[in-house]
Amino acid sequence: MARSDVYIVRTGTANVASVAAAMTRLNMNPCMTSDASEVSTSPLLILPGVGTLAAAMAGMRERDLIVPLRDRLEKGMPTLAICLGMQLFCEESEESPDVKGLGLIGSRIDRFPDEVRVPQLGWNRIDPDPSCRMLLPGHCYFANSYRLQRPVAGWATAMSDYGGPFVAGMEKGAVLACQFHPELSGELGLRIIGRWLELSMRYHAEGGISC
Amino acid sequence: MLTTRIIPCLDVRDGRVVKGVKFQGLRDAGSPSELAAEYELQGADEIAILDVSATIEGRGAQLATVRAVRAQVALPLTIGGGVHDISRAESLLEAGADKVSINTAAVERADLIDEMSSRFGCQCTVLAIDAARNAKGFFEVVTRSGSVRTGIDAVAWAREAAQRGAGEILLTSWDRDGTRAGYDLELIRAIVGAVKLPIIASGGAANADHMVMAVRAGASALLAASIFHFGEYSVATLKQELATKGMEMRI
Repeated sequence: MARSDVYIVRTGTANVASVAAAMTRLNMNPCMTSDASEVSTSPLLILPGVGTLAAAMAGMRERDLIVPLRDRLEKGMPTLAICLGMQLFCEESEESPDVKGLGLIGSRIDRFPDEVRVPQLGWNRIDPDPSCRMLLPGHCYFANSYRLQRPVAGWATAMSDYGGPFVAGMEKGAVLACQFHPELSGELGLRIIGRWLELSMRYHAEGGISC
Repeated sequence: MLTTRIIPCLDVRDGRVVKGVKFQGLRDAGSPSELAAEYELQGADEIAILDVSATIEGRGAQLATVRAVRAQVALPLTIGGGVHDISRAESLLEAGADKVSINTAAVERADLIDEMSSRFGCQCTVLAIDAARNAKGFFEVVTRSGSVRTGIDAVAWAREAAQRGAGEILLTSWDRDGTRAGYDLELIRAIVGAVKLPIIASGGAANADHMVMAVRAGASALLAASIFHFGEYSVATLKQELATKGMEMRI
């Protein structure tokens, strides 16, 4: 089978080498893009994210990626958002109070409480609800200071706990958003990405109708 | 609940692992990527690679090492050694590092912490502190592989680094490193009490009990080299033992 291309969005702030390496291990062909039409139309898109919400939104605005990305996500096209990539779905974040996120979901992102060491760096257990088709239970690697506290209606959700419950991952159709780094979460992480790839292939085989 | 991370550390010079490693079944025990892959199989939570090259050629090999290890393991990679400026940190991140650790260069120019943190985020910015007890009764920061005593109070330095945007502290006891006498628990407690960042304890571990004590002193992660390299423990057997002693482990 020919290796399929997976496009990884370069927002200018993200370290994408680990994501690209994970794709290669899964026998995919990782391509970097900061091109609006590729972001709109590529069959498989990854939105990585390291850095601040403000820097990532500014990087995407500069490259005219905000509208195509939002459209793509609203249509439910296969997209994997990682860490800050997931936080970009939200309306706003305590991290960058003057900047709006993509607003795909109405939520706000907050900092972890003072009782825990921040950033959260390490492996935490995630528990997917029974409707999840990609997220799997087990330990995943997190590197974050901010988090989404409550599940969002319409999304299947995996929860974790660090100074209180938070959303570890959420999925709808072929869109998967992970607060953790599946590309750094060992075998389990690669299996989760593999399930996203499978579901995405099925989405395309069925003519792009969200399943 | 967040588990305690077990981080095997590879000392690498000119692209080769320098400390003797006695594993069965490795084709090339001096290859960082083979060793890292073996540690991943054993259940390591993260891999640290410290470059101890003294030459420019050796530093060039560091990037090739990071790329080779990145291709092999789906674990977080922390890379340190010889990082003096932001462009070097960026090269390492582009090669596949997830976190970059800085030490002497940050002591000599503390703004490097702010620069790295604002450019790459605090979760990429690890400050390594090597500390030794001194005659005046405080923990003193040492640099240049222990050859320079700076007179700086390690506790104050940790606080400053946290304010400047460090995301994690890799804390090595220079008195205990290589002694197998256990971690310096007083040092761990002093730094853990001073900052709200995760602390990686390093230096002196010879057995699981030493590690339990470090976690009770507040360490979030444990870095070790020789106990794995010499085959006394595999990462898997160590984590099993720590779990039976009540530590939260990813197994």
